Order: sequence, then C-alpha cells, then structure tokens
Amino acid sequence: MKKTGAGKTVSSGSTERAGLRRRDFFKLLGAGIFIIFETWDSFELMALPAEQRRALPADFNAFLWIAEDGSVSCYTGKIEMGQGIITSLAQMMADELDVEMEKVKMVMGDTDLCPWDMGTFGSMTTRFFAPPMRAAAAEARTILLQLGAERLGVPQSQLEVKNGIITDKMNDKNKVSYAELTKGKKIEKHLDIKPNVKDYTQFKIVGKPNLHQDARLKVTGQAKYSGDMLFPDTLFARVLRPPSHGAKLVSADVSEAEKMEGIKVVREGDFIAVLHKNRDKADEAIVKVNAEYSFDEMKVDDKTIFEHLLKTASSVNLIASKGDLATGRQLSETVIDSEFYNSYVAHAPIEPHTAAARMEDGKITVWASTQRPFPVQETISRELGIPLEKVRVNTPFVGGGFGGKSASLQASEAARLAKITGKPVMVAWTREEEFFYDTFRPAAVVKITSGMNKSGKINLWDYHVYYAGDRGSDTIYDVPNAYTTSHGSGSTGPKAHPFGTGAWRAPGNNTNTFARESQINILASKAGIDPLEFRLKNLKDERMIGVLKAVAELFGYTPAKNPSGRGYGIACGTDTGTYVAHIAEVKVDKKTGHVQVVRVACAQDMGLCINPEGSIIQMEGCITMGLGYCLTEEIQFQGGKIDNLSFDAYELPRFSWLPKISTLILDKKDQPPQGGGEPAIICMGGLIANAIFDATGARLFQLPMTPARILEAIKKIG
Amino acid sequence: MEETIRFELNGKKTEILLDPKLTLIWVLRTQFGLTGTKFGCGEGICGACTVLIDKVPVRSCTIPVREVAGKKVTTIEGLSINGNLHPVQKAFIEHDALQCGYCTPGMIITAVGLLLKNPAPSEQEILHGMEDNLCRCGAHVRIIKAIQSAAKEMKGGKLS
Ligand code: FES
Ligand code: FES
Repeated sequence: MKKTGAGKTVSSGSTERAGLRRRDFFKLLGAGIFIIFETWDSFELMALPAEQRRALPADFNAFLWIAEDGSVSCYTGKIEMGQGIITSLAQMMADELDVEMEKVKMVMGDTDLCPWDMGTFGSMTTRFFAPPMRAAAAEARTILLQLGAERLGVPQSQLEVKNGIITDKMNDKNKVSYAELTKGKKIEKHLDIKPNVKDYTQFKIVGKPNLHQDARLKVTGQAKYSGDMLFPDTLFARVLRPPSHGAKLVSADVSEAEKMEGIKVVREGDFIAVLHKNRDKADEAIVKVNAEYSFDEMKVDDKTIFEHLLKTASSVNLIASKGDLATGRQLSETVIDSEFYNSYVAHAPIEPHTAAARMEDGKITVWASTQRPFPVQETISRELGIPLEKVRVNTPFVGGGFGGKSASLQASEAARLAKITGKPVMVAWTREEEFFYDTFRPAAVVKITSGMNKSGKINLWDYHVYYAGDRGSDTIYDVPNAYTTSHGSGSTGPKAHPFGTGAWRAPGNNTNTFARESQINILASKAGIDPLEFRLKNLKDERMIGVLKAVAELFGYTPAKNPSGRGYGIACGTDTGTYVAHIAEVKVDKKTGHVQVVRVACAQDMGLCINPEGSIIQMEGCITMGLGYCLTEEIQFQGGKIDNLSFDAYELPRFSWLPKISTLILDKKDQPPQGGGEPAIICMGGLIANAIFDATGARLFQLPMTPARILEAIKKIG
Repeated sequence: MEETIRFELNGKKTEILLDPKLTLIWVLRTQFGLTGTKFGCGEGICGACTVLIDKVPVRSCTIPVREVAGKKVTTIEGLSINGNLHPVQKAFIEHDALQCGYCTPGMIITAVGLLLKNPAPSEQEILHGMEDNLCRCGAHVRIIKAIQSAAKEMKGGKLS
C-alpha cells in the first residue's frame, strides 16, 4: 500500500481545521514538538459507502504532541468502546518513541482536538490508523535525537534513548530528557524522509501483554461516559416515539404533560419532547402526551421476511468467479443444494445511545456515545444550521458499540433541544428506544449449490447471498469452479427491511461463514470424511491450514465421521485480514432442544499481535457474544412494530451459558498486524450448527438455533 | 411533595430534601453526582445500576429513594477507602475483567454482595450469583476468575 500525503507540514496559522484555527490550536496545546501527518488514502480501496468515502480533507489526520513535562499526547479521532485501542495505540506510540507506556496519554474522539476521522469500525484502527501514527512517532524520535546530539555535543550515532531520556553511550552522565529538550520549543518538521519505523524485533512494549489502561477508572466508577456529563442545570429529555416504524403522527395533545410542575414541552413539527431536571419526571410526562398515528407499514413479519427478501432483491453483484459452473457440475458425483437463513439481530450494548449537549456563546458542545464523532458533528452542523467550527463533539468512553453506534440520532436530538431551550440537555435512550432504533444486523438468506467427486474433492461452488453483504462470502476452499454472487445489498430497488439495518460486529461475515461452514460439513458428512480432514483436503491456503491444525491441537481433536454423537463442531474463516478457526463441544438435550456449549477452542493468525492480552480478551468476547446470535437472539416483528423491546424478551448470553474457552494466537510477528475485534465471532454460527449436527444428526439451517427449531430438526430426522 | 430523606451514603450520614418517589438511580446520579452507578435498562434486568443497601445488592433503578431512609447505601465510588481499592476491584483490574466497562460497576457491586453473603463460593455459586448481570462485551470468563481470586484474597480477614 502506498503512502501518500505524509510528508506535508502544515505551518502555524495557515490551515484551518474544522472547529479550530490552526493558530488557536497551537495556543491550546502550548509548547511542544509537533508532528503532523496525514492518513493513507487506502480507504479508497475499501468499498465504503459513498458518504464515508469522501476524500480526506486537507487537514491532517492524526498527530502526537510531546509536552514540556515529557508526557506524550496521542490524538486520534478513533474512540474507545471496549475494544482496547486506548491501550494498543499507546503501546505502539510508546515503543516508537522509546517512552514509558505511562507517559502516553490518549486523547480520543474530540472533534476540537483530534484530526478528522471517519469513524471507529471495521477493525481499521490497527491496520490503517496505526501505520501513519507510528511513522509520526518515529519521526519525532529522530528529531529529538538530532536535538539531543546538538545539546550533548556528540554524534547521533553515539546516543541511545530509554524512557524518554537520551544518553551518551560513552558517558552515561551526559544525558538529556525529551522534556528538557522540548521545553519552550515548538518545532515543526516535514515528513519527507521515509520515517524509520521500528520492526518487530525492536519492540519492547508492542507484542507484550498489557492490561487495559482504563481499567482503574472503570472499576472505581470514575470513567466518564456520555450520560455522566451532567451539569447543575441539566434537563433530562424524553422524545415522543411512534409505536412502529412507518407510523406517522396525526395529532398530539401535550396539555396533560404541560400541567406537570417544572416540565418544559418542546414541539417542532413531528418532533415533540418533554424536559425536566429530574429524569423520573420526564419519564412521567412523556406518557401523558396523547398521540395518534396513521399506519403505513410493510406487510411483512419475522416469518415471511425471507420470502420477502428473496422477492425484493433486485441488484446483483458478482463478487468472484473462477472456472465454469457447468464443468463443475460434470465433475461432481454429488451435488447438494442448501438454503440458510438468519434473523435480524440487535447490537444491544449495555449503554443505550446517550448524548449530553450544552450551548454556550453560540457554540454547542455535545458528548455522545458514538462510533463516529466527526460525522455526528457534520450532521448536527447541517441540521441545526450551526457552522462546523461551532459544533464540538466529544466522545467519552463508549459503553459498547459493535457497529450499532453509528447513526447517533440521540446526539442530534440533544443538540437540537439544547439549542431550543438554552439549557444543557441529556438524552439517554431507554432500553425500549435502544431496541426500537437499533440498526439491526439484516435478516439474510444464503443459497449454495455445491458438488464434489467421489473422493470428496469439491469441484462446484455456486454461492448466492441475499442482503447480508459480501464480507466473508469468498470461497476460502480451493474449488476450481466457484461463483460468488451478492444480491440486494445495495440501496436500490424496493424497500427490503421494515426498519433500519446496519453493520453488526464483522458485518456480513457471520451470515456468510455460518452458511459456508455448515455446507462444508454437510458435504463432509455425505462423503463420510471427518470434517477437519475434509477441510484440509480442500484447502490450499497455508494460513488457513495453519489455524485449523493449531486449533485441533489446542482442542485435542480426534477425527471421526459426523454425526459421531460427540457433539464436536468445527468452523473456520477469515475477517479483516485475520484467519481464525474454532472447534467446540456441545451437549444437546433432545427432549427440550436446549444446547449447552461445553467448550470452545479458537486459534487465530492475526499477523503481528500488538497486545496479546487485549487480543485474547477480544477473542473470548467474540465467542461469548457470538453464542447469542447462535442460540437466542432474534428480533420479532410485525411490519414496523418490534415485539421484543427489552432484555426480557431478547435474551443475551449469560454466565450460565459459559463454555470453557481456550485461545491461541499464532506467532506471526513478521506479518503486518490485522483486525482483532471481530474475527473470532464469525465462526460461531457454523461452529455450533455443526456441533449440534454431530451430537444429534439434525441439521439446522436457520439462526438462531432456538430450542423449538432444534426440536423441529430432530423431529424431521425421526 | 418533598420530604427529607436521611440515610448513610458511602459511609457518610446524608440528608436530602426531595420528592421521595424519585428513583434511587437518578437521585444518586443527579443529586449526588455519583455517576458510577449506570443506567442500562431501567427495568431491573441488566444489573448495571446495582448498589448495596445494607450490604445486599439491589437494583437502584427499581426502587424509590424513600426506601433507603435509615439505611446504608454503598455505590461503586464508596468501595475503595482512601484510594485503596477493594479486593474485588483489584481483581477486576488484574484479570482484565472488563472491556467497555459499562457493566463493570454493577458487576463489582453484585460480586461484593455475593462475597459478603458467601465468602468462599464455588464456581457454580458464582455463576448463579452473577447470572442476572448482563455484559454485552463478553467479559464473563474473566469476571468469574476475578471473583474467585478476590474471594481467596478476602478470606484473610481483609473483608471490608
Ligand atoms: S438499569 Fe437497573 S437493572 Fe438495568
Ligand atoms: S464490559 Fe462492556 S458490557 Fe460488560
């Protein structure tokens, strides 16, 4: 990947950033060394939606600042929502600069302080933000060494740096700290020489386990989330919501609510809100608003949705093609057609969408739980007609996102109400609102026709995915005649979904990997070959083979034809450049359809692993969270009316579900780092479906695999 | 109608004049600025808002503030004493038993309540005791480990 844009230095005062003039910006930060760098334009390659693909503005994308006290601030538009980049980015920064980890201060997701960023999603932080950040750190170190050489009066080659202190190798009394060097100085430096980024052998902090930097704040209740940004005069707002998506407000009577003491009612067209200094009172007032609606909803429900999607899909996108399907069919002794389904799935972070907003001297500041502070800033500016530089979006800790905190309607609502009332306003969605306005993982269908010869070599693979998207849809197996087609993922054609859908942890890949890995086991079982052996037989990709062998060893796997009665499942796949494979053991109660996952082993090849501890946590998190979409999680709905709007009706994984989890990260230090927050969740559907088949002989084609569906599948095989 | 409610909050005698029907979670967060107690569902289901009332974990989103009159309330902010973390807090850090951290205060308070009642719980008892606290990030495995190691640590009379 080519690096462009780096090497430019923006001189003081000459460039305006959104929000702050460059000049002010320097003022804000005080003295110190400034390194400015721009992002790679590799985003262009990533087939992002048009809105996110916007050309990166001329303002710089990320930077660091070494203060007079030697502390290093690292400014990033990325946000921390539990994925641990507050630690891993700091590790990289510390290693490149040769400072202690504790000296690095992450400043994240503040549109006034941080450079523009499109958002935190798609496991892009480590892959795309980190390289230019590291380049900047390396550059800063070089400048500091030059300054150090001058100060100490010895050639640069005679110096070494440790913990932010430059020392003369010949005379260890002759030394100077970064802090002493930067004091009172502001230095700007072009990055036109190729930055001397360290390679993995030189890392002292990267690659070592490191506990979350934010842990102490979080265990003491000091960590601030958006809902914690309360001021003495904050008003809590509740906004009137329609009973279903597609319902239109006909009339609303707010007189009863208005009678309540201290209640303020805001009404602008269809937007009605009640505000009070006590949240309870706002809750009380909103139900007193008497509203009538007209309904024009889609006639579809959670039973008919799949048929509807297949009918609706008009756009067709050929993702990959190889060989010829007719030839593949001729070369196949056995041809198997399958159809797989998955329901709508909610993000359900424990922190609902929340935003606080305050207007002061014509400038509005918004604290929002969002994965995309900069797009939120732009939206608010546009909607409220406030210039961009007068809108500051701040992102404190985010209580879970998983792709669901992208649109961030709550931030616009809070900003709008703060502007209207002139008071600080808190909009913290109820759990019901959180479910209702979630952008669900789309319901989807996958159709596969696949064929193999007598010895179990796959020769035919015709893969069609409807509405999940194409991430993870590639045939990872070595099939000479393979076509992959994605249907209906575009925004053209008739409306597919009765409500919002969007990216959900490893978007598309959960659906695609479930379908592909289930189909592979169906073939293996038909061929009478152990499913691990069957995979190895049909794979050429060494990294995939590597993780499969590693996970088999980790699990203590012994081969057997399926169904073996042991309840073993296997699945593998790739996501965001990372290879992953799982083996699980389940117990199925054939009378109730209840599944207990006994253990899950997972091996991952993610190239250089920045923070092994953090990556293992992500793997465990993926496995635990993934059990939900396997076993219980699905949105029930009729048209635009959603039936399960609480944690009672929409069941998340709980402590009693916990399998024994073992994880392994392959040592691939010499490979570039890849995504770590999402890969280990993609296999869960196929893994558990295959394990249930191995336990019972019953094949499940729909996620989630609820007890009712399991019993039905068992009944089918008699 | 406003009333004066007297109770002990994080070891300090407190009184406040307010509508006694207000929900405890919002009184703690708004009137007292104790924002470590988190709002996750408001329906008593997720456990993010759990506080100790007379050493028993209670979901603060389900009870009006008048119910704590004359009682001792402990929130996450009141667990550490003079900056010394409670063994459960320490164990959560050591085991990295959190990701986004939003469920964490409720998890810790629930765990402390569990250990107060049963200082040496089996794994099954921990699972059972934590069952109704939800974590979307999937930190469960480590939360269990953290509670186990805190239990060991606390058995030397270090129980607060
Ligand atoms: S907020 Fe009280 S239990 Fe969820
Ligand atoms: S750590 Fe995020 S919900 Fe538990």
